[in-house]
Amino acid sequence: MNGANHTMLEIKNLRARVGGKDILKGIDLAVGTGEVHAVMGPNGSGKSTLAGVLAGRSEYEVTAGSVTYNGRDLLGLDPEARAREGLFLAFQYPVEIPGVNNAYFLKAALNAVRKHRGDPEIDAMGFMALIRDKMALLDMDQALMSRPVNDGFSGGEKKRNEIFQMAVLEPKLAILDETDSGLDIDALKIVANGVNALRSPNRSAIVVTHYQRLLDYIVPDFVHVLSDGRIVRSGGKDLALELEARGYGWLEAEAQPA
Amino acid sequence: MSTETQAIQELATREYKYGFVTDVEAEDFPPGLSEDIIRELSSRKGEPDWMLEWRLKAYRTWLTLKDPDWANVRHEPIDYQAIIYYSAPKRPKSLASLDELDPEIRKTFEKLGIPIDEQKALAGVAVDAVFDSVSVATTFKDKLKALGIIFCSFSEAVREHPDLVRQYLGSVVPYSDNYYAALNSAVFSDGSFCYVPKGVRCPMELSTYFRINAQNTGQFERTLIVADEGAFVSYLEGCTAPMRDENQLHAAVVELVAHESATIKYSTVQNWYPGDRDGKGGIYNFVTKRGHCRGANSKITWTQVETGSAITWKYPSCILQGDNSVGEFYSVAVTNNFQQADTGTKMIHLGRNTRSTIVSKGISAGHGQNTYRGMVKIGRNAANARNYSQCDSLLIGDECGAHTFPYIEIKNTSAQMEHEASTSKIGEDQIFYCRQRGLSTEDAVNMIVSGFCKEVFRELPMEFAIEAQKLLAVSLEGSVG
Repeated sequence: MNGANHTMLEIKNLRARVGGKDILKGIDLAVGTGEVHAVMGPNGSGKSTLAGVLAGRSEYEVTAGSVTYNGRDLLGLDPEARAREGLFLAFQYPVEIPGVNNAYFLKAALNAVRKHRGDPEIDAMGFMALIRDKMALLDMDQALMSRPVNDGFSGGEKKRNEIFQMAVLEPKLAILDETDSGLDIDALKIVANGVNALRSPNRSAIVVTHYQRLLDYIVPDFVHVLSDGRIVRSGGKDLALELEARGYGWLEAEAQPA
Repeated sequence: MSTETQAIQELATREYKYGFVTDVEAEDFPPGLSEDIIRELSSRKGEPDWMLEWRLKAYRTWLTLKDPDWANVRHEPIDYQAIIYYSAPKRPKSLASLDELDPEIRKTFEKLGIPIDEQKALAGVAVDAVFDSVSVATTFKDKLKALGIIFCSFSEAVREHPDLVRQYLGSVVPYSDNYYAALNSAVFSDGSFCYVPKGVRCPMELSTYFRINAQNTGQFERTLIVADEGAFVSYLEGCTAPMRDENQLHAAVVELVAHESATIKYSTVQNWYPGDRDGKGGIYNFVTKRGHCRGANSKITWTQVETGSAITWKYPSCILQGDNSVGEFYSVAVTNNFQQADTGTKMIHLGRNTRSTIVSKGISAGHGQNTYRGMVKIGRNAANARNYSQCDSLLIGDECGAHTFPYIEIKNTSAQMEHEASTSKIGEDQIFYCRQRGLSTEDAVNMIVSGFCKEVFRELPMEFAIEAQKLLAVSLEGSVG
């Protein structure tokens, strides 16, 4: 990290509601190129809403603020346009799509991104060669490739499939929404390996998590604590350790308006 | 309303691309039905007396029957006296070659992508083209003739092969079978006839393309396919019609006969005009299709992709009389906007060790109503009969419906039956997931729908499987934006 990094994502005074209820109440956050930011906070603080708004989930209504992504107005783009521009969301609850082959799905997604970039489409043979290493990296069972997307996958398999997709699509900005939830320690390490393998000076990541545990393996450059729709504290990776030791209560108390 | 929901509601509405009208001079009968009309029709076609007598018996039976009211469809009563029962493009008495075909009609079929020039034809597909009430062209007749295969229009078969027609006509679907079959038997104007002799494997796909063009006209065609001992034939029909505000009736009959060790594959890609997005206009597709596995070890496979028509009422069925005979039914039926479909099959097991498979995929979008109605009947003597039925429904949006009516009748305790059914919905979360990976909503829906239908598509001949997939995409376009 150095001062020359340009800002990949800039969130200013972002407010959003769902079903008439205000969830995000003015978020300011800048993510530089090459940086990994952890967003932590108690349940209901707005972490998943923030991830969903960035990915373009339609049930979240943005009421104020702006998000600039590589110089463009992110909020003005369709979800698929955001994805093709390199924004990837690893879902907290990956969706099952019966009848659609997992490998076929990922190939279609990869080709949608490649087409957008002006790269030639990749054929089935090229695709299989491309995914071989990534499958090894995430210890993916070959059988999962020929099954329908997430259909009948265990919780851990679904999460690994998300990170596998991410490894294949090589996004510029990865947003991991509670990817650690429901993972045992071995699966957690595998997933973290997958994320770390993608770290590079030209990619960024936002890691949304409730627990410090994941951050032992994916070491963030910055940690932000979300409480009641606002970032109440930002710091380095030590902040996560402090939260682990003290819980969220003291920050929430501090954040109360006097 | 979220964008996904909006998208879902829009994916049912794209312009029907076959809706044009061909300007061609036609000879029409006055509207209405009577014995005189039938006599006129029969004499116009130069039919023998037995054919006329059969038509008149059918007509008299029809007068005693009532429209079926048990189907899960709704429509205004049909005024049978307002329908024109015969409309044929004017042309010379007989065509010496395909070159003499009216250029307008030739253009019509070219526009529809149906090759009636043999030079330009799809490799390995022979086509019989039916325009309103008559067959206008049949390709590759000579090539087939060399193998002893007869493939021609029904009218020609009545003239040239009267013994075969007489032997088989009505032997699977008698004229008294049901209301629409009786009507068809009285007034059918043309259709296709095919006979494959003993031990011959038909080397190309045979295909009939039905086109309705004239206004206020009903299309009543008959198809009769006979596969003699050990023969094999694969047959495909396709259909389109212009866009009109009033409903038009299409009441066809298809009869298949498979003798010992013969196999018939019959595939349909039905894309009659479905009506507009408010449910105005469209074809009433009331069709009786039945196959008879007459000999031992025979096999009949029905595969249908039904995307068109305002109302579809059809149950392609198999009578499994020969021991070890096999009946199969693979169906994709799509109802979008205000389309209604009540479709399925009947598998009638009479012989020993007979087997049947039913795979039905219903897709409902918009305000579409999709009904699967299927019967499996196992007779007293059908020892060791087996049936497997799978019946899946996919819903797109909140205003459509899927209904399933399975009927099972078993009179032999050695029968084995399996029935699986499922209903699923394309969810907003699925579409969002696909979009987050870079796919458009439309691609996402197509991918999910294709995945849902793949067991049926793989039963279609290759070129048509691709066509069917495209057609499906078009019929659902706009139901998700």
